Amino acid sequence: MSADWLFDAALVGLLLMLALAALHAPRLYTSVVLFIVFGLLLALAWARLGAVDLALAEAAIGAGLLGAMLLAALARSRQPALRKQAPASLVGSALLGLLLLALLVPAVLPLQQGAQPLPPAVNAALDSSGVSHPVTAVLLNFRAWDTLLELAVLLLALLGVRQLRPAALATAPGWPLLEAWARILAPLAVLLGGYLLWRGSHAPGGAFQAGALLAAGALVLRLAGLLPPLRWHYWPLRLLVLGGLLLFLGVAATGAWFGDGWLVYPPAQAGLLILLIELAATLSIAASLILLVSADRQELDS
Amino acid sequence: MSQTALYLIAGLALWLIGLHGLIVQHYALRRIIALNIMGSGCFMVMVALASRVQPPDPVLQALVVTGLVVAASASAFALRLASSGKPEQDE
Repeated sequence: MSADWLFDAALVGLLLMLALAALHAPRLYTSVVLFIVFGLLLALAWARLGAVDLALAEAAIGAGLLGAMLLAALARSRQPALRKQAPASLVGSALLGLLLLALLVPAVLPLQQGAQPLPPAVNAALDSSGVSHPVTAVLLNFRAWDTLLELAVLLLALLGVRQLRPAALATAPGWPLLEAWARILAPLAVLLGGYLLWRGSHAPGGAFQAGALLAAGALVLRLAGLLPPLRWHYWPLRLLVLGGLLLFLGVAATGAWFGDGWLVYPPAQAGLLILLIELAATLSIAASLILLVSADRQELDS
Repeated sequence: MSQTALYLIAGLALWLIGLHGLIVQHYALRRIIALNIMGSGCFMVMVALASRVQPPDPVLQALVVTGLVVAASASAFALRLASSGKPEQDE
């Protein structure tokens, strides 16, 4: 039994316990904080499994922004009474859960031996994709449809929130230490976001991670009271939100009319096109996320 | 037990824990957390399957990166929906 295995087993045990505790903690606030910790440890698990892109995205989006959204929702809602499960039904659900696990494990474990035709295919086509990092190549070239529709989902979520006309959340005024830190952290977020975006073409990183980091920087400024109010009807902001999707659609349509087909880039310009799309997508994701997390009725209507 | 098998089983267990929470809990915020934990379980199965070859399968990883952003968008909308259930105050 190696040290690696022990580390993995401890991490998995911790994750399972945190998931249970986050769902069944007596206070809602404890639940939310435990869920944020769960997200951070999950990022560690992704890194252990060799998915560094995913670890970065999970830490920034899954743990960071989702945590902020949960805390904001907690502040907006009233505290409910916890429903205690009777011991008999607890034992029952544990037994049922173990039974289901015993049924699912034999179904999933054989997947390990399945054939894997895709990685060699990706590696063979990597040279003509315009980037040298396989995950970025898949995201923005081979399966660009996914990313295009994902930007559309993000926009839909934002439009949905706009329809709900959320009430403004009364936050405490920024205290001096937070303001001083925000002035240091926000430029750092821009710097790191730019670095992650640039690195994405040949190493783990890319538009989502960079966009989430930018949004986190803006959120820190917002909490410190240093961010001016965002206004939905201010056209540069709208352009920022829509830019990623519009540029992506423009490139796809140009390819369909004059080139080889929908979302097929000419190999010579693929690198440049991917960089442009990633740049627009980063700004778009950052603007959409900050509006999703923190915008209120006044900002979305004005 | 190999690393892949360990994380596969952990993903299934996470999914079941989330499912249990989704059924047992009756408060919106906890249910959203439960859904996210179920999603994390699915992602863990996919990432574990991606890591059975070296270097890991980029297609599965890219799918999970996309899924993560979609899950976060849906959760953001769900959270806003959950906290706007109170009767509207007149402005």
